[in-house]
Amino acid sequence: MSSDGSWPDRWNHIRKMLERGGPLAHPEFEASTKNLDGLQMLRILVVGAGGLGCELLKDLALMGFRNIDVIDMDTIDLSNLNRQFLFREKDIGKPKADVAAEFINTRIPACKVTPHFKKIQDYDESFYQSFHIVVCGLDSILARRWINGMLVSLLTYEDGKLDQTSIIPLVDGGTEGFKGNARVILPGLTACVECTLDLYPPQVNFPLCTIAHTPRLPEHCIEYIKVLLWPQEKPFGEDVSIDGDNPDHLKWIFKKSQERAQKYKITGVTYRLTQGVIKRIIPAVASTNAVIAAACATEVFKLATNCCHTLNNYVNFNDTEGIYTYTFEAERNEKCPCCSQIPQVLSFKEDAKLQDVIDYLQENASYQYKSPSITTYINDKQKTLYMTGIPSIEEGTKGNLKKSLCELGLLPGQQLIIADSTTPNSVVFKLNLGSEMD
Amino acid sequence: MSGSISPSKPVDKSNKYDRQLRLWGDQGQSKLEKARICLINATATGTEILKNLILPGIGSFTIVDGHKVSGEDVGNNFFLEKSAIGKNRGQVACELLQELNDDVLANYVDENVEDLFQVNAKFFSTFSVVIATDLNERTLLQISSYLWSCKVPFLHCVSYGFIGYMRIAMPVHTVIESHPDNALDDLRLDRPFKEFRDLCDACDLGKMNVKEHSHIPWLIVVYKYLEIWKNKNNGNIPKTYQEKQAFKKLIRSGILLNKDGNPEMEENFDEAIRNVNTALSATKMPDDVKHIFEDPECINIVNKSEPFWILVRAVKEFVKSEGEGFLPLRGVIPDMTSDSDSFIRLQQVYRNKASKDVEAVNKHLQNVVSNLSIPCIISEAEIRNFCKNAAFLRVLRYRSISEEYNSPSTIFLRQMAQRVEDEDDDLVYYVLLRAVSRYYLCYSNYPGIYEVEDDIMNLKSCVTRLLQQWKITCSIKDDLIHEFCRYGACEMHSIAAYMGGCAAQEAIKLITGQYVPFNNTFIYNAMKQTSVTVEL
Ligand SMILES: [Zn+2]
Repeated sequence: MSSDGSWPDRWNHIRKMLERGGPLAHPEFEASTKNLDGLQMLRILVVGAGGLGCELLKDLALMGFRNIDVIDMDTIDLSNLNRQFLFREKDIGKPKADVAAEFINTRIPACKVTPHFKKIQDYDESFYQSFHIVVCGLDSILARRWINGMLVSLLTYEDGKLDQTSIIPLVDGGTEGFKGNARVILPGLTACVECTLDLYPPQVNFPLCTIAHTPRLPEHCIEYIKVLLWPQEKPFGEDVSIDGDNPDHLKWIFKKSQERAQKYKITGVTYRLTQGVIKRIIPAVASTNAVIAAACATEVFKLATNCCHTLNNYVNFNDTEGIYTYTFEAERNEKCPCCSQIPQVLSFKEDAKLQDVIDYLQENASYQYKSPSITTYINDKQKTLYMTGIPSIEEGTKGNLKKSLCELGLLPGQQLIIADSTTPNSVVFKLNLGSEMD
Repeated sequence: MSGSISPSKPVDKSNKYDRQLRLWGDQGQSKLEKARICLINATATGTEILKNLILPGIGSFTIVDGHKVSGEDVGNNFFLEKSAIGKNRGQVACELLQELNDDVLANYVDENVEDLFQVNAKFFSTFSVVIATDLNERTLLQISSYLWSCKVPFLHCVSYGFIGYMRIAMPVHTVIESHPDNALDDLRLDRPFKEFRDLCDACDLGKMNVKEHSHIPWLIVVYKYLEIWKNKNNGNIPKTYQEKQAFKKLIRSGILLNKDGNPEMEENFDEAIRNVNTALSATKMPDDVKHIFEDPECINIVNKSEPFWILVRAVKEFVKSEGEGFLPLRGVIPDMTSDSDSFIRLQQVYRNKASKDVEAVNKHLQNVVSNLSIPCIISEAEIRNFCKNAAFLRVLRYRSISEEYNSPSTIFLRQMAQRVEDEDDDLVYYVLLRAVSRYYLCYSNYPGIYEVEDDIMNLKSCVTRLLQQWKITCSIKDDLIHEFCRYGACEMHSIAAYMGGCAAQEAIKLITGQYVPFNNTFIYNAMKQTSVTVEL
């Protein structure tokens, strides 16, 4: 047995693939006994230690990777145990990243998983730059966009030419019930997350007037309690907002929702539905997570070794009726606000209000910003036009929303610097002002 | 030798299984918790399948495996450890898998499947599903034929290099809740039922203020204008594109005008116009269901008929009589702009009609049962659920693996010659996998286990002989044969994990009777992340 706790024949399965060439291998592949060492040196970052993350860690560790970091800000909940197989009942409440890493490190000798019980935003360029490949198993589009923006921002260009060595490939997976998708992104070369934002449909909310005045579905009743009654009655105290994991909160909402439903003769308010609406629960099973994580792990293995061509570049999976996969090449958006290197232009009429700009940035399919903040330079001095997040500044700049761009002193060609939670770096827009909009 | 590990204290199951209960409900879960699964051979693919069945909470599993753990087994299998090398593979895997879920009973049998089958074939007939990995052709045919005769679902799964393969074999599988992704609503605007007509007729659009007028559900709006249309068009509803356009225009003309003569914002009218195309599509008997009605099992109901077929027969009788050629009403309407009262009243009309249909079906059911003089064990809730899903019923008839090997489908052979030469068709990997098992029969080993180049010619001749046996002329690229020799029967973990996810979900479909399993062969190509399903 070797000194690192390994044993003879351990890697026989993957060594067949790494030490033998073939006409279907990637043209740059060279069969060699050194390929395994090369693979073991690589640093891989797994983003998320949930349903996909647990699977990814296992898959990567058994595919020979031994330098893996995992980052996740969540702690373990009972409802995770039907699929997040590295966690047990005794682990409930502990950080997912820590428990997952320890399990893998114990089960798989010489594999070193380093946990980070952190938000992805807690780390900067220098952290993300230290990895060779990043693989995402997230349930949040926002976090996915942020990681994508981070990897794009690490690209370097010389005389407008992309430096290939600055590319950190991103393999991304997502699941929802029996549906899932996996994709390979070579930032700067192939379609990035922002190029294809239309693949992630924006969340649909019930109109407020339906919830308030004309409820028809049990969901409308639950939303009413959540959006209108809770802030009004403050049932658990002045500053207590709804905690979907607090059974007392859920029970109160459930009871009130039932009352409202009864008033309107609406049937179907159940505790399970209440929980689903309040926590915006997405159904999840072990099998879909296993499939999507495995597809991602296979792609990481290919990227790391060149033993085969990688997925080009997107696959959808659905096994409600038989097993269906659809593979296609997602195309780059030539004007992608994230990866195109093309200056972004915002065209508005002079009398448009700042609010109109904010609305546009939130609603336009290729931006879909969450809560954009806008700053600019007037006479070389930085001026905050609108900013959320810091209450005092938000209060101080709120008045600007009603002002027209002209009143705010903005000129044609003005640079607007937009910051948003979907991107780690702010995006510079050129303002195109006209009396008539094109 | 065999053993078992028993589960400990219960936990809050509705919370623990919450995320999957939203997919298959308490009904599906309770079937899952009664399921007994047998896994033949605890390979990486095998344990990954079991993992994805143990996590959602099957009743019990039994691993049959006579192999001793090798160094390479531990290398690709998460449920084996270095310290287990040399020990019985089934036992070690059983212990590590059991840790995943205390609710699940775990067993193993330390015997080769061939030996166990010779002395006690009946053992295998006691399971809900039998799943096998790493079987040679002879054992595969023996076991699958036996299970076929016992009507026990059988699932065979293989991970080979970058290729995955899976086969389901069982005589027949029926599905009530198939959960189709894009089902059309069952609204019957082309043949409105009396209670709906009465509701609509009681509503006078002309006597309403703007607020009331803009809160009438679009179903009623469409009905109203359809009546006007029919009066002008000899009782016919709009059918052609032009007619539908004209009908939309007619609806639009009903939007109230404000003081300045401009149309009010009436979202319900917009919805009505948007829904004209789907709402006017004729109510139809789905072809699948028509087929099911003609199935011999529906026509010849006997004492031993499954509840599914008795229900099919009752619904068929309903369609012939009260249904006037159509299925029981589903009784569900989509959400639409409306005031609460109007919507609830409309919803109630649909629900009541559906209940009435359920009652009628129940009468036919009692008739069918009393003719057989057997007690009726079907509950009202089951009848209701059946009627609600009547348009989505599925009956899958499979071919056995013996049939596939001994008398390949002629349709399949006809397509084959063409399809294996198509670069984008993964069916070619089926031929290669069959050639590999033939190779194993000839040489007692897999191609490329030791040397790649030396085995290419032999694998090629296996391919050629297979194609000759099928009497098809086509050529399989040398590159693919070379790639298969490169694999040397390796089982990469990520391929095993992918197939483990797919196979487990198919087993869950077979157990719960919900969602639709594939029929009957699935091939996964991890090189391109593509797949194909064929009926062989
Ligand atoms: Zn982009």
